Amino acid sequence: MKERLLLKSETVPVIPNHVRFEFNEVRKEWVLLAPERALYPDPIAIEVLKKCNGKISIKLIAEDLAKKYKAPLKKIIEDIITMLQDLADKGFLKEC
Amino acid sequence: MLKKLKAPLAVLAELSHRCPLSCAYCSNPIELVEKNKELDTNDWIRVIDEAADLGIHQIHFSGGEPTARKDLEQMVEHAHKRKLYTNLITSAVLLSRERLEKLKKLGLEHVQVSFQDSERENANRIGNFKGGHEKKLEVAKWVRELGMPLTINAVMHRQNLHHLDDMIKMSVDLDADRLEVANVQYYGWALKNRAAFMPTKDQLESSMEIVEKARKNLKGILVIDYVLPDYYAKRPKSCMGGWGRQFLNISPEGNVLPCHAAETIKSFKFDNVKDKSLAWIWENSEPFNKFRGTDWMPSPCKTCDRREIDWGGCRCQALALTGDIGAVDPTCEFSPLHEKIFGSATKESGSEAPEFIYRLLSNKEVEPVKK
Repeated sequence: MKERLLLKSETVPVIPNHVRFEFNEVRKEWVLLAPERALYPDPIAIEVLKKCNGKISIKLIAEDLAKKYKAPLKKIIEDIITMLQDLADKGFLKEC
Repeated sequence: MLKKLKAPLAVLAELSHRCPLSCAYCSNPIELVEKNKELDTNDWIRVIDEAADLGIHQIHFSGGEPTARKDLEQMVEHAHKRKLYTNLITSAVLLSRERLEKLKKLGLEHVQVSFQDSERENANRIGNFKGGHEKKLEVAKWVRELGMPLTINAVMHRQNLHHLDDMIKMSVDLDADRLEVANVQYYGWALKNRAAFMPTKDQLESSMEIVEKARKNLKGILVIDYVLPDYYAKRPKSCMGGWGRQFLNISPEGNVLPCHAAETIKSFKFDNVKDKSLAWIWENSEPFNKFRGTDWMPSPCKTCDRREIDWGGCRCQALALTGDIGAVDPTCEFSPLHEKIFGSATKESGSEAPEFIYRLLSNKEVEPVKK
């Protein structure tokens, strides 16, 4: 049996093949498409998801955002993990 | 681009009403569309283009049994090319591994396999198809071997709810991502057999406990969707996410419907994709506009604080059970008919289950089949 993926700051998150994160040209909006689900991420989530490319860890993603928004790194890491854990639990995110 | 409305999110393409199974709870209409009236390949390709042009995200290939169409490959390929997220909703019994592999290569992204039970004998009795359960297990394994996400669609009712635990275990063993616990909905053919399938209150309570427990234990492993059957609910479900809000459904002959049961509403004339574009139909079709939003709502819906949560529930059910399509969905405890209708239906579950009537395309007569 597979195990639940528990995200940590060193996890390198990636959107799996069967999930699509894309900009719909007709609707003019970003969408996360998964089996029987269409999620519309908010602007911050869009920024995070764009970085879930299987190359950088959550910590590195957070460092980028912490610089950009001049916010405390620890808090940003926590927020990103909360957000991405929810997606991982639904099967919309995996680790690389 | 649409002028007045947001585009729908998904389209349910019912490619054919033909089906090798003959489940007595079939949700398709009593009168099925015959093969020679089905839309042809070119019609469907054009419809897929129109759906993509509208900004629709997802296409669900369904039926009946969508794999009964030999041109499914062409449709999947075209939908994928037009960037629609493709989903196959299948009974699986007609699929070969080669065909599944080809569909995947052409862009199929998700497969949903229906199961009638976790126990072989009962499953094959309910679907009335020998060897069906074994074949479904095999296809489900192929889906995962080919690296596609798998949803198990378990239709549950009085005659299999006691196996819910096993059904969950089976889904985990098959490495499914998602399990849909679909309690039978009593439209179309299923209403004929309501007494045979209506679960008891005890069964339902225990099934809710099982689901809650499994959701906790299987977090991150298996997502379980569970919808309480209407007959035991206090508030109606948000049918299709609201009439004409998110979904459209295309029947095998091309009628565009707000939900797959809408043709039970005989007073409506539905527009057809052969005559009008999907965009035109979504915005202008009379049946779509009739119950869109909240203006049409009767009291007490109109002032209810849940009016934009459940959108007035299910119109087909309101018509089937009250005779009035504009009535409050009797599922709702504020319907004046709630007690009368649902009280009597749930009483059926207290007596012995009658024999059910199989759904057979060739069987025009309606005769009970021995268990």
